[in-house]
Amino acid sequence: MAILTKEEAKKIIDKVLAYSKADEMSVSLSGNRTGNIRYARNSVSTSGESDNLALSITAVYGKRSGTATINEFDDASLEKTVRRAEEIARLAPENPEYMPMLGQQKYLDTKTYAESTAKIDPEFRATAAFNSIDPCRQKNLTAAGYMEDTTGFTSIGNSKGNFGYNRSTGVDFSITVRTDDGLGSGYANPDVNDVSKLNTKATTEIAMGKAMASAKARALEPGKYTVILEPTAAVELLQNMMRSMDARNADEGRSFLSKKGGGTRLGEKLFDERVTIISDPMNEELPLSPFGGGGGGGRFGGGGGDGLPQEKRTWIENGVVKNMYYSRYWADKKGVQPIPAPGGFILLGGTQSLADLIKSTEKGILVTRLWYIRAVDPQTQLYTGLTRDGTFYIENGQIKFPVKNFRFNESPVIMLNNLEALGKPVRAGGNLIPPMKIRDFTFTSLSDAV
Amino acid sequence: MGAAGIMMPALPAFSRSVSAEALLEPGLDVAVKKRLADAALNAAKSMGATYADVRIGRYLNQFVLTRENKVQGIINAESFGVGVRVIADGCWGFASVGDARNEAVVAQAAKTAVTIAKANARLLTEPVQLAPQKGFGDVSWKAPIKRNAFEVPIKEKVDLLLSANAAAMQNGANFVNNVLFQINEQKYFASTDGTYADQDIHRIGPNFTVTAVDPQSGKFSTRNSLSSPMGMGYDYLQVNPADKVTGVTTRYNKGYDMLEDITAAAKQAKEKLTAKSVEAGKYDLVLDPSHLWLTIHESVGHPLELDRVLGYEANYAGTSFATLDKWKSKDFNYGSKQVNLIADKTQLYSLGAVGWDDEGVKTKKWDLVRDGTLVNYQAIRDQVHIIGENESQGCCYADNWSSVQFQRMANVSLEAGKTPLSVANMIKDVKKGIYIIGDGSFSIDQQRYNFQFGGQLFYEIKDGQIVGMLKDVAYQANTREFWNSCVAVCDQSDYRLGGAFNDGKGQPAQSSAVSHGSATARFNGVNVINTARKI
Repeated sequence: MAILTKEEAKKIIDKVLAYSKADEMSVSLSGNRTGNIRYARNSVSTSGESDNLALSITAVYGKRSGTATINEFDDASLEKTVRRAEEIARLAPENPEYMPMLGQQKYLDTKTYAESTAKIDPEFRATAAFNSIDPCRQKNLTAAGYMEDTTGFTSIGNSKGNFGYNRSTGVDFSITVRTDDGLGSGYANPDVNDVSKLNTKATTEIAMGKAMASAKARALEPGKYTVILEPTAAVELLQNMMRSMDARNADEGRSFLSKKGGGTRLGEKLFDERVTIISDPMNEELPLSPFGGGGGGGRFGGGGGDGLPQEKRTWIENGVVKNMYYSRYWADKKGVQPIPAPGGFILLGGTQSLADLIKSTEKGILVTRLWYIRAVDPQTQLYTGLTRDGTFYIENGQIKFPVKNFRFNESPVIMLNNLEALGKPVRAGGNLIPPMKIRDFTFTSLSDAV
Repeated sequence: MGAAGIMMPALPAFSRSVSAEALLEPGLDVAVKKRLADAALNAAKSMGATYADVRIGRYLNQFVLTRENKVQGIINAESFGVGVRVIADGCWGFASVGDARNEAVVAQAAKTAVTIAKANARLLTEPVQLAPQKGFGDVSWKAPIKRNAFEVPIKEKVDLLLSANAAAMQNGANFVNNVLFQINEQKYFASTDGTYADQDIHRIGPNFTVTAVDPQSGKFSTRNSLSSPMGMGYDYLQVNPADKVTGVTTRYNKGYDMLEDITAAAKQAKEKLTAKSVEAGKYDLVLDPSHLWLTIHESVGHPLELDRVLGYEANYAGTSFATLDKWKSKDFNYGSKQVNLIADKTQLYSLGAVGWDDEGVKTKKWDLVRDGTLVNYQAIRDQVHIIGENESQGCCYADNWSSVQFQRMANVSLEAGKTPLSVANMIKDVKKGIYIIGDGSFSIDQQRYNFQFGGQLFYEIKDGQIVGMLKDVAYQANTREFWNSCVAVCDQSDYRLGGAFNDGKGQPAQSSAVSHGSATARFNGVNVINTARKI
């Protein structure tokens, strides 16, 4: 069984630490069970399940560290792995940026686990897939989809007395529906911790609606347009920007948050005053791991990082940059508190629905998804990519007709300055994102892709 | 990829940290692997499988990570296990097991695979049609390495990277991130067709990013290495004048001079800060192989994967504009007459080269586009009947023992021109153009029509002369228009390989490594945009 209880995990970690002869030792014990089902052309293509349980031991001498991993838990194997980690550490080069391990931390009790998800079995997955394929078959549409469920735990401990444990579950479901003539395509991609909140039939019906409505798209000239971005469309651009908020890069002069003449733009107003971005591991809709850091927490609340506690934090408030990520090394060098990258973020919005945003638009384009987004210039956070799976022209508050896909070249920093309206946030890609109306969004060419 | 970012190849699934010495320990003896494989195959057959294959894989990785004068980390990792794939009741089934060292465990995985196949058979619309394949008996293949990278002491690698970093700092860089990736896949394949293939695959990838900062203007620029990941050993890092292509900057063939390249990169990153911002418009592009490989990868390699054409990747990577009716017409014009594109799983030193693919097919070389016309796709055993062939093209691959194999891109390359033509002579004829070296930002739509590419170095060509460096350059084009605008390809003496360590496809996502060769090529009248913005 890959999912250990807090007590079982602590017992193993304590045993490992007792074997240590190193200056410092940390242990990360994690396990997960994942299952998936994939389908295309209205038929199941692959399906699988796997269990994994692994213990990773890091020994430290001075500024030299070594890590060894094992998946056997008898006393002899544990001790052997401790010795192996110590041996690797002795031979390792010094890391001048090594930071001593953290003492005991206080972690929040976040709600990242749902029993309903932990119970998923192959029959459940097959039924979920059938419920998605069947409505498509009946309407002569073609479904291609994927569902993956994960149940896991992460436990960390070290020789300075720190200990943490978190259990989490997650389900990622994505569905693309295409019309039989290949002229229409629609997509939906909800993610949840609790599978009882996922209805694959209803989700597929959203994609079916977009597929049918997007067929026979007309070409509009590329240029600057007012756009309404659905949360699924906006999330990746915003996530890319949020991942670039590392303080060290900014201090070093190689970030969009670097200041002309040196220093950072912390405290500067960079966005429209309605832009406030926070993270909160206790948020009911987006529960996240209580610890993580360095590389940030995991999508579904996993990830041990270096053990920094995750707390509610404000990154951007009323358009002003309030916080950046500080690794423990960089924070120490700068004399500030370390701040881990969050596992997910929340862009606060209003109460309007997507329909309300469309209704209030005189002329604009509804973008339901963006695809193949790549950085063009990290200095300005310029990204390129394309619209996909349903793009529509809006006139006088109504969707008039589907339009051909565009390539865009746009920066989320510019986008969040050209803000017209924010709707009610919903969960998308492991974050909470509102639908948003943006003026002067830059489309640079047309694509024939459907 | 962020400012300081270097794309890290992901470690194979279920990797465990080990010592560097453990990477040199021998894996299981071939006789033991054969016994395990037979246990799996027999178990599958006894449960009613009509076909089964088993892969016993040991995946070794070593990453050396540095920045400026520091070693940030050394990662040594090993992943070992067995994957069994079966056809039962006309349906595929797959199961895998880690650290499998006895017959009972692999037999159980085979039984699970059959159970899954039978359970999913009820959801099938048509049974799997597998192209016949003769058995090859006991065979083996080894990558053509001269020096196994895992046998090179860590100190030698660290010394190389840190001395290169020092050279960058001495030549004007403010920051440098420099990493070395080394991979060894020890794969044993066996199938009910009677093939037992033992293969030893090696890859290496040195990769740096040099950053120059101008605090006064608040601007920064970067220049990445002009190296390529290769299907080679540490011999790729052996400096060899014969492997250098000189010109506006030096480029490399099968021997990479890191010190020379990083020194140039530091100077060029600084030069980029004050380079002229490009004026948007139509230009003739002269594309170096260190750049063109990525355009080939995205606009030829992917759209000609048959599983994409058929819709199996519709929910993730997308489908393809190169539909079956276009191929059937036999006159679909993919590019100009100069354009010959070849798939090749046997190419020496390439990332994709193996002796047998992951379903026991002997690898080969075949045409995709001949004289500009689409002539074929990349297909595997359960697809080739769709394109009227009865033998697979041998491009089936799984990135780990725990992953199920499926169609992956072969090395896809542009044939060099038949007429002698040097880069200097190609540039001589260009009135208004841009010479692009190195790969940069890349993006293409889900059916592979519309793309946009950046690069590392951009040089303005005016009346046949290179007149200076440009910045803020990206070009946008439509795949067919672009390949039809190809007017010349330099000859074989300029042919080099580029490649990707991390080509992603499938759900759950799998990564594969693939090379793309070409000589420098010219494309007329391509739309160039200016990417400068103010925030």
